[in-house]
Amino acid sequence: MNTSFARQRYLMDFTLHSMLRRKGRNLVLFTVYCLVIFILASVMFFGQAIRQEAKTVLADAPEATVQNLVMGRHALINAKWVPVLQNVRGVRHAEGRLWGYYYDTVNGANYTVMVPPSGDAEHQLQPGEVIIGPGIVANRSLIRDKYLFLRANYGEIFRLKVKDRLSSDSALVSADLLLMSEPDFRKFFQLPDDVFTDIGLTIRNAREIPTIIGKIGVRVPGSRVVTRSDILRTYQSIFSWREGLLLALLGASIVAFVIFAFDKAAGLSGEERREIGILKAIGWETSDVLAMKFWEGALVSAGAFLLGLVLAYGHVFFFQAGLLEQVLKGWAVIYPDFHLKPHIEVLQVVTLAFFTVVPYTAATIIPIWRAAVTDPDAVMR
Amino acid sequence: MIELDNVSKVYNEGRVNEVFALRDITLKIRADQTTVLKGPSGSGKTTLLTLIGCLSRPTVGRIHLEGKMVSGLPEKFMTEIRREKFGFVFQRFNLVRGLTVLENVMLPAYPLGLKYSTLRDNAERLLGDVEIADKAGMKVENLSGGEAQRVAIARALINNPDYVIADEPTANLDTRLVGEFLKIVEKLRTEGKSVIITSHDPRIWQADVVDRVIGMEDGRVIDDGIAAT
Repeated sequence: MNTSFARQRYLMDFTLHSMLRRKGRNLVLFTVYCLVIFILASVMFFGQAIRQEAKTVLADAPEATVQNLVMGRHALINAKWVPVLQNVRGVRHAEGRLWGYYYDTVNGANYTVMVPPSGDAEHQLQPGEVIIGPGIVANRSLIRDKYLFLRANYGEIFRLKVKDRLSSDSALVSADLLLMSEPDFRKFFQLPDDVFTDIGLTIRNAREIPTIIGKIGVRVPGSRVVTRSDILRTYQSIFSWREGLLLALLGASIVAFVIFAFDKAAGLSGEERREIGILKAIGWETSDVLAMKFWEGALVSAGAFLLGLVLAYGHVFFFQAGLLEQVLKGWAVIYPDFHLKPHIEVLQVVTLAFFTVVPYTAATIIPIWRAAVTDPDAVMR
Repeated sequence: MIELDNVSKVYNEGRVNEVFALRDITLKIRADQTTVLKGPSGSGKTTLLTLIGCLSRPTVGRIHLEGKMVSGLPEKFMTEIRREKFGFVFQRFNLVRGLTVLENVMLPAYPLGLKYSTLRDNAERLLGDVEIADKAGMKVENLSGGEAQRVAIARALINNPDYVIADEPTANLDTRLVGEFLKIVEKLRTEGKSVIITSHDPRIWQADVVDRVIGMEDGRVIDDGIAAT
């Protein structure tokens, strides 16, 4: 066995013994450390995953959407504007979209009801058919070819056959989604044939969007154009703002942890000082003592970091971030529940490690170094 | 051979609580001899022992070990010398609590990175030599004073040092245990090791096994010779 390898093995062995001898202190430190990492990583994972969801949701959305405004509020838009918009130079395709919300009194859940766009061959429906998201499947205990019953707000009961279940990349987009045919949609919401919720535009060249928006403003008075990047930016801002707010609120506890960790990890007890003196007197070099304490710091911090990370992963992606859900999702509690798709940014994890593991290890090493470079004769006196 | 040339040691130099622990000590300590430093508390015995054992540096003067000046060496080399040349038996034994007897004995050899089986065999042999092999697996906090002392001696010998330094090794030990300690010292002497002991216990400095007794008072050597038996 290589000498330096054996030496490190002995040092690690001694470190483990040393940690076990002070197991109470190390356990408290490990638990608090782990808790801090768990909370920080949960916020990070949740924020990142939901931002990723937003990206996925919007990936298939039209580059721009034209809405009709009445007194500054979004209102139905007349179908006559579809050919007008189609003729705007730079617009590849304009299509009226039908979507809305339905509150299901049976389950107390909000569903997003939508007519599939004409280009979506996979989800085309005949009247009387419906395709539903996994959240509705779970809530209503439905399977294919069974019937979904919905009561319209004017009292009529709609009987729709479940044609399929949605399997989307994003649970956020698919969980509460209910696709129905255009005739059913108009009947269900009592919409006349000449209106749409809004009009989606496919643009030939994304760089021309600002020019096209200008043209639309002239040709379709009273309209508002919302671009895909606007929506994405809004989502990102909302979730980043909430994440930041939560982290700021957690700031106090993080600072408390830093003080606590520094005090516990860095503050050497009389017993530890004596032990360092003994080790140096019997022939351990300063570097050996430092290596031992490095291993101790690394084991506590890396162990707590990894465990905190794994717990946060489970919390966010298996238990839907139950502890943070209300804070991060905010006003729009999404019914039914959805599962976030795991998405982790390596850079974020590395940053978190850098700002927790490195300071902790340094906090343990510096006072030990001070104690270890002094003459070991104190042990004799 | 250890040579001290006009060595002085001052603690808290330049402060109000400055203490002259040693003053102008010039001394030669031969190898393969048992030397006792005797004197009352505060006479400077332990301080002199820390200088001899490379545990600290003199404020003034030089120390040579086997012809090589060691008093001015950087810490790394001082540690190397301490590990290779000296074995220490401290007054309160200074065993590391929570570790077993065997682990305590092996501790000074960890930095050498020896094969574990070699290390364990050496430690077990030494525990056998000091007749405490049956306690190898016991935690040191459960040992009696005499047992702890023997473990401390075994630990001092694990790196096969030329010099064994013992600071007040028989303090708080009864006569039977002092006798056992002296037997171990005799054995070490027959093995050619130099033993340097501080003690104000007449049972030590009047023992047959002791070759030389150096009397100290107020940080100075006041007497140097063979103790009267």
